[in-house]
Amino acid sequence: MGLTSTDIYLISPELALAGLALAVVLLDLALKNKTVVLGVAVVGLLVPIAFAVSLWVRVDGLVFARETGFNGSLVIDQFAIFFKLLLLGILVLVLLASNEYTGRFRRYQAEFTGLVFFSATGLMLLPAAGDLITVYVALELASLPIVALAAFLKMQARSTEAGLKYLVLSGVSSAVLLYGFALLYAATGTMRIVSPSAAEPSIAQMLTVTHAGLPFGNVAVLAGVVLVLAGFGFKLSMVPFQMWTPDVYEGAPTPVSAFLAVASKSAAFAVVLRVFYSALGDVSADWSLVFAALAAVTMSVGNLVAIAQSNVKRLLGYSTIAHAGYMLVGVAAIAARAGDAGDGSLGIVSVLFYLGGYAAMNLAAFFAVIAITNRTGNETVRGLAGLGQRSPLLAGMLAFALVSLTGIPPTVGFMGKLFVFNAAINTGYTWLAVIGVINSVVSAYYYLNIVRVMYLQPADGDARPVSANAPATVALAFTSIAVLLFGLWPTGLLDAARAAATALLQTL
Amino acid sequence: MTLVHFQLLSAALFALGVYGVLARRSAVLVLISIELMLNAVNVNLVAWAAYNHFDKVTGLVIAVFVITVAAAEVALAFAIVLRLYRARGSVNVDEIDIMRG
Repeated sequence: MGLTSTDIYLISPELALAGLALAVVLLDLALKNKTVVLGVAVVGLLVPIAFAVSLWVRVDGLVFARETGFNGSLVIDQFAIFFKLLLLGILVLVLLASNEYTGRFRRYQAEFTGLVFFSATGLMLLPAAGDLITVYVALELASLPIVALAAFLKMQARSTEAGLKYLVLSGVSSAVLLYGFALLYAATGTMRIVSPSAAEPSIAQMLTVTHAGLPFGNVAVLAGVVLVLAGFGFKLSMVPFQMWTPDVYEGAPTPVSAFLAVASKSAAFAVVLRVFYSALGDVSADWSLVFAALAAVTMSVGNLVAIAQSNVKRLLGYSTIAHAGYMLVGVAAIAARAGDAGDGSLGIVSVLFYLGGYAAMNLAAFFAVIAITNRTGNETVRGLAGLGQRSPLLAGMLAFALVSLTGIPPTVGFMGKLFVFNAAINTGYTWLAVIGVINSVVSAYYYLNIVRVMYLQPADGDARPVSANAPATVALAFTSIAVLLFGLWPTGLLDAARAAATALLQTL
Repeated sequence: MTLVHFQLLSAALFALGVYGVLARRSAVLVLISIELMLNAVNVNLVAWAAYNHFDKVTGLVIAVFVITVAAAEVALAFAIVLRLYRARGSVNVDEIDIMRG
């Protein structure tokens, strides 16, 4: 039982990141030059990245491509490491892009970075959770720093309001989620998602039918799954648990909104895939249609309400709800195919690919918005008028990101939607793919409206050029290139997503 | 006392907590209601751990984690509520509505 050096190695990326968070906060006390602190934070992220890559190589060499640590509480497979690397990449880019913005926090700038790192530590643990206890602890480790970050602009009532709203709704969703966990524990007598040895079975192995004819064949499991779905629905900003999203995105500092939109959502999808596929994969026929219906409602609500928005951050908030809907299509498609002899990983691969592409295009959009609003101080769509002349580079990159979010080739947004809808059609959800395509057309209205305002409307009054600082430009260029590259040559990302999906299927 | 009694108690406490979150106007009472929900779950977990012959530890372990995390959550919550009180002179959640739409 005891703690072994292997356990420490398996959790090394998270340990390194938490250590780095402390180091940044302490170093900030000692050093006057804040650029050095940022440099240490960015370069220091190479350590967890190196550990994650070495774990990928290690797991790749194993016959059973998975390793469990801490007596089964932690699962390291390529699925978990795929998300660790994705999250670490997001972290580097967010740090670079938000440097200018966080300058306004002055002596609290390092605390801001530290809190983002602590939250990312929790998010990295989530996809690697081997039992429901780890899921809960990692979820709280990820959420609590985000509450503090959302309320970080102490002097703005909007920011405090965003923090309180996130705290209350995250608290309620945790309680609901825990009630669901308790019921699953009641029905199966275990909380393990993955079984580390034959003597310690997982939930999937302990599911029994007590009420034939009922979904899941068991009252406690049925109630438990409904509550777990509601609890996770909050993190995914899935309708009807999406009401916090626009308020928090609007009120929180913009880099926090970007982090929430991309990092938090990726990890939430990872844990949903892990729990529903590993622990409840055998009964997928019972929950697949629920996800399909939720996907249809989520993307429709997200897109239709986004049309009416005038604040850019709020609009992007609704846009992330719509994109959660597209990704839920892939989650539903997994289910319909589970147990099939065919390519059962089609849905998972499409969700993982979409998450990778979504990270690139959404970060590009948010980074451009951070750079622009930080200089102009105007967060309305109208405030972007004339940007095509004032700042051709930023306007061009924002326009490109929006084109990708709409799903127009040759961008990663198009490829992602292609894979997701392909998975849906292949698993008998043609109607869902049709709704998805209709939604993409609706979304073109509000995305391309921003492009229209930027290029065709003259600036109101202030027509000075707007530019981003060097680190932000690097981050923005990197994400824009990624959007184009993955759109033209999806193979690299697709191969990584396939490896991760295969690893997840194996845990069944 | 059988397992069913504990489950009914847990469900009743949880329902009270949900009612409190939805109906209470003071942010402090909303937060207390959330604590009630978490502790309702704890009752359920501990009862199941006691009556479970297969795995007696897991339910207790997660209950301890829930208590610990709840303490951290309260510390953060009251920092934000204090901030709110200083800014507005009230902690009434009905008045927290700058952002809508």
